[in-house]
Amino acid sequence: MRPVVRLVTALALLLLLPAAAAAKDGRGAALYAANCASCHGLNGQGVATPTPGANGVDGQGPPLRGVGARAADFYLRTGYMPLANPHDQPSRKHVVFTEAEIRALVKSVASFGNGPPIPTPHPGSVSAGQRLFTDHCAGCHQAVAQGGYVTGARVPPLTDATDRQIAEAVRIGPYLMPRFSTKAITPKQLNDIVAYVDYTKHPDDRGGWPIGHLGPWPEGAVTWLLAAAALVAVCTLLGRRLRA
Amino acid sequence: MTRLKDWVTAGLVLVVGRGGAPKPKQEAPRIVAAGTPDRHAENVVILLFLLATIAGAAFIVVYALDRLSHQTQWLGLAIGAAFALLALASTVIAHRLVVTEEITEDYPEESPAAQDEIEQIVEESGSRFTRKRLVTVAGVGALGTIGAALLAPAASLGPILHTGELYRTPWRRGRRLVDEGGRALTADEIEEGTFYTAYPEGADRELIAAPIVVVRLPLAEIRERKEWAPRGIVAYSKICTHAGCAVALYRKPTFAAVEPRPALVCPCHYSTFDPAAGGAVLFGPAGRPLPQLPLSVDRTGHLRAAGTFSGPVGPSWWGVRMGKARS
Repeated sequence: MRPVVRLVTALALLLLLPAAAAAKDGRGAALYAANCASCHGLNGQGVATPTPGANGVDGQGPPLRGVGARAADFYLRTGYMPLANPHDQPSRKHVVFTEAEIRALVKSVASFGNGPPIPTPHPGSVSAGQRLFTDHCAGCHQAVAQGGYVTGARVPPLTDATDRQIAEAVRIGPYLMPRFSTKAITPKQLNDIVAYVDYTKHPDDRGGWPIGHLGPWPEGAVTWLLAAAALVAVCTLLGRRLRA
Repeated sequence: MTRLKDWVTAGLVLVVGRGGAPKPKQEAPRIVAAGTPDRHAENVVILLFLLATIAGAAFIVVYALDRLSHQTQWLGLAIGAAFALLALASTVIAHRLVVTEEITEDYPEESPAAQDEIEQIVEESGSRFTRKRLVTVAGVGALGTIGAALLAPAASLGPILHTGELYRTPWRRGRRLVDEGGRALTADEIEEGTFYTAYPEGADRELIAAPIVVVRLPLAEIRERKEWAPRGIVAYSKICTHAGCAVALYRKPTFAAVEPRPALVCPCHYSTFDPAAGGAVLFGPAGRPLPQLPLSVDRTGHLRAAGTFSGPVGPSWWGVRMGKARS
């Protein structure tokens, strides 16, 4: 090949590369514009006051600059986003996007600013995790991660949360949840917490019937109800026999 | 050796009861009528006892093996079955093997004369008393005092007279805030959107007024006691003013425009306190605000208490509003 031809080919390739990248980015940008921009703004700058947007949504939402791939991955894979009404609490829903679409969207959101990447947790010690979970999480999420309430919001159960989503949520603090820095919960401790939450999905129920893992109160109540019913039945039987 | 043999023989004789004719029992007149023997019921009872024995033994075996799956369930089943079979055997014995008879006795007719007589006997039995009223008063006094003595330990349920202790706190001006590990907290490391538990440096952490919860809010959002919140960092007692649980929940909005505002929440009964407004009650059964601890930042950037709490720490009691928290 002559040097001139080589140079031209190289130049052509250099020109084509950004074009291909743009085409790939273009898909994410298009998805973003259609599904996210009404509330988060076309460039991720956020929408402070209700503004009419796509699909008849009165858009309003926080800026996405600097939230990074971590938050985008969490909110999209849990089905928390897109949200039909900005005033609703995001909750675990059917994910509307395909895997490729999620990747494109995550890339698009990450491009708004220097944000943290998607974490890769490695489950650690279950017993250390239980102690940490009791300290930091059980107040809202309940000792066996069954969820509950805080005034003004539902606290989701963690039964369907993947390792990655747990690791993401601890750092992000979705909706009303506080976020925990690497000082409050170290990466190693986070791995332990992930291990414990995994354990709560299939706990070792030595007593047999778990009664929803809700703790001693319902267990006692069920015992009393069953025992009381049996006692009443026996008493009724005895009374009938004596009268006869 | 022969001695051992003798002992064994003696034991066998004793157990089996052979080797000598039983003493003839003295024939006394029967009280209970003789029943007809029921060999069938007897067999059933023996069988039930045998099964109960097996179930009891099964419990011991399952317990000893200690590595069956569902061990708890097997243990419960074994001991439950043993008791059920025992109960069944007892029922059969009572119904089929014990001789029963039904006797009815007429209720005695009322007799006013006899009643009057008893009253008279009671009345006249007291003829040795000369100061009846005094004895009665003394008796009532003794019984009443014993009753009071039985109730007295209830005073240990809480201070009644020396409530002064309830106002004392280990916090005083200049005391540094330390974390669970005893490390002093700096203002810079306190971030928004999360919460921290802190203790007074060098004081007993078991004291009810020791633990505090620290959060950081945007300075502009703080509506009350701005001078207590350097750089927007506020501290409150971690003990709920309702029933004394640890205020372990902190909710913070991700997007303040459409979500509930930041609040400290007690997980026991959902008392909700506003960290931006001096710990005012937003919701729930708590009757008074969460006591706030004034903060200051020293030259090295460490957080220090700038005084003591805005009110008494801990669950409320009858006189909680009559005093102030003191160091």
